[in-house]
Amino acid sequence: MRVVSVEVNLLKKSYGDIKAVDGVSFTVDEGEVFGLLGPNGAGKTTTIEILEGLRRKDGGSVKVLGFDPWSEGHKLHKKIGVIPQEFTFFEKATPKEAIGYYADLFGVKVDADEILREVLLEDSADNLFENLSGGQKQKMGLALSLVNSPDLLFLDEPTTGLDPNARRAIWDVIRELKGRGKTIILTTHYLDEAQQLSDRVAIMDRGQIVAMGTCDEIILKHGSGERLEIYGSQSLADYIKANTELQVDYRDGLIRIPLKQKIDALAALAAAEQSGMEWGEIQTRRDSLDDVFVRLVRGAIDEQGELKTGVASVSVGSGWRRQ
Amino acid sequence: MVSLRRVIADFKLFGRGYLRNKIGLFFGLIFPVILIMLFGAIFSGNSSGAITVYVQNRDAGSVPQPFVDVSASFVEALNQTGTLNVRLVDLSENFTKYLSEHSSSDGIIIPENFSVNYLMGNPVNVTVYGNPAQSSSAIVSGAVNGVVNYFNLRYYNPNATAIINVSSATLTLASDEYKYVDFLIPGLIGFSILVNPMFSLVEISSQYKKSKLFKQLSLTPISKIEWLAAKVFFYICLSAVSFLAMVAVGVFAFGAHIVLSLWLVPFLVLGPMLFASMGMLVGTLAKNPETAGVIGNVITFPMMFLAGTFFPLSIMPEYLQVFAHVLPLFYVIEGLNAVMVYGNYAQAVVDIAVIAVVTCVFFVAAAKLFKWRED
Repeated sequence: MRVVSVEVNLLKKSYGDIKAVDGVSFTVDEGEVFGLLGPNGAGKTTTIEILEGLRRKDGGSVKVLGFDPWSEGHKLHKKIGVIPQEFTFFEKATPKEAIGYYADLFGVKVDADEILREVLLEDSADNLFENLSGGQKQKMGLALSLVNSPDLLFLDEPTTGLDPNARRAIWDVIRELKGRGKTIILTTHYLDEAQQLSDRVAIMDRGQIVAMGTCDEIILKHGSGERLEIYGSQSLADYIKANTELQVDYRDGLIRIPLKQKIDALAALAAAEQSGMEWGEIQTRRDSLDDVFVRLVRGAIDEQGELKTGVASVSVGSGWRRQ
Repeated sequence: MVSLRRVIADFKLFGRGYLRNKIGLFFGLIFPVILIMLFGAIFSGNSSGAITVYVQNRDAGSVPQPFVDVSASFVEALNQTGTLNVRLVDLSENFTKYLSEHSSSDGIIIPENFSVNYLMGNPVNVTVYGNPAQSSSAIVSGAVNGVVNYFNLRYYNPNATAIINVSSATLTLASDEYKYVDFLIPGLIGFSILVNPMFSLVEISSQYKKSKLFKQLSLTPISKIEWLAAKVFFYICLSAVSFLAMVAVGVFAFGAHIVLSLWLVPFLVLGPMLFASMGMLVGTLAKNPETAGVIGNVITFPMMFLAGTFFPLSIMPEYLQVFAHVLPLFYVIEGLNAVMVYGNYAQAVVDIAVIAVVTCVFFVAAAKLFKWRED
């Protein structure tokens, strides 16, 4: 039976004149990993903080595990785990002490070493927080979010600012949690993170959800479908266009031919071969999540999560290549 | 519902962090003791308290029959007042130049033929140099007048005994004879009760707000009251330890006479609670840690100096003494003095009442106004 953990309906939140969240609706099922993806300022953190009971909503309705997060926060907080953005702790406390502290606050008995092992932090159990690396700090945040054995976890940009190895280590932990059936809501501005970890993704832009579903569903719905790409000249493009019934686009040395059916590729390649002109690499590909993302939010995002408008995305490459 | 388990958990975590922070430890425990040693050494050193006064005796001294050196007796009498420490200046010296060379404004010249004129009953002038701006000069002039009156009296009746005598007595307090250090210790205890919780809470409350640590804590079952109570509890313990350290140094190093009684407990409990709440309030209301620090200093420093911490209030101008009554620390120090030095428990009750009311107001305001989360 499908059990809904989180239900958000037409959620609204403004800061002065700025509509941070503008009519967002989604549900998250039990055991699902749900990614909120978008550039900085899209409204991800505001949304997740309203779900955690850290902020009051202006409009719409929100139920998290059946509770109203703002007015029933004290009940909700016993059942959820949270890593806030830029997790921080008391400088002079160690991860082990922090777990003991949280266990006392929640009134639960836990095996601190066991939790530290789960988040791959057992080697730094007795180091002061101030001496931990960025990745270790995030792992400690994860460890603390697990102390009360929550069913639902909120991870707000858990790997922002970490090096690739640290990111992958955190991903492993998140996958492990997913494997144990935890429901996870994740915000990120890393497309690969959303793709790697999430069952479903909602792409947010300017306070609204512009696309939602599994990555494949989003690509299918908002992407362009399969196309043949040939590296060649304008005259080759013109030749193919003149000798087939296909639609041919040319830009910057790349000929793009949308394929209505697979056989269209053969016709295009036959025409190219027939032209006697030079052509280079060929590939068929679909839009990646990056392509769709760039189209939907009108730009790509950089490492820090800032939107760079008008910059073409770098393809991850989902097609085949042949020389 | 306030849970003691959560208060203790937070107390333990905070206390451990505090003990690991060497700077905090220094200012919390060692600095007040250093202050006691410093002020104690400055004010209760070996100085006799007598004012050094330079005397040039130009009197040729004796007259042959009968041989009486009045000027020497006069100098001797000056010395015996106990107030003056007479240093004789050689006749070859230019007296005023000598005074300025020794950075002194207090001097006495006994003129030529002093003894002869005195014995003949001729008027004679003793010149007293002084600086009206200095309190020492007034004391010198008073002492010289006393000796002069005595000599005038003796001239008319060598066998006269004084009709009015001043019998010297020292004020006996709850403790024994008081010393400066006896007053210093309550003042510095008040200082440490003010400074430690106040500065610490200003800093952590504004820092935790900025670093969003409060937000994180709001996601756990600990409540604001429990968190604040743990801090108050910690600073009560810290104040108790630093109280014992200061008293020990005062008694063993400077022989301070201090009364220890249960009457001190309300001050050691309410004081840290009051100033922790005040610090919390400042940190909460300020926009950022920098502003909080400035506001904290603006409140703390005047209070530190004007509430009778280092100097008795009585040496301050009237308007500052009136102003001091607005400062909460004033009542803490007045109360500590009332208990530890004067044994004036009626006064202590009044002070405790004032502090209790102010503490309640600040604690409730701090707990109400400080927010874990934003709207």
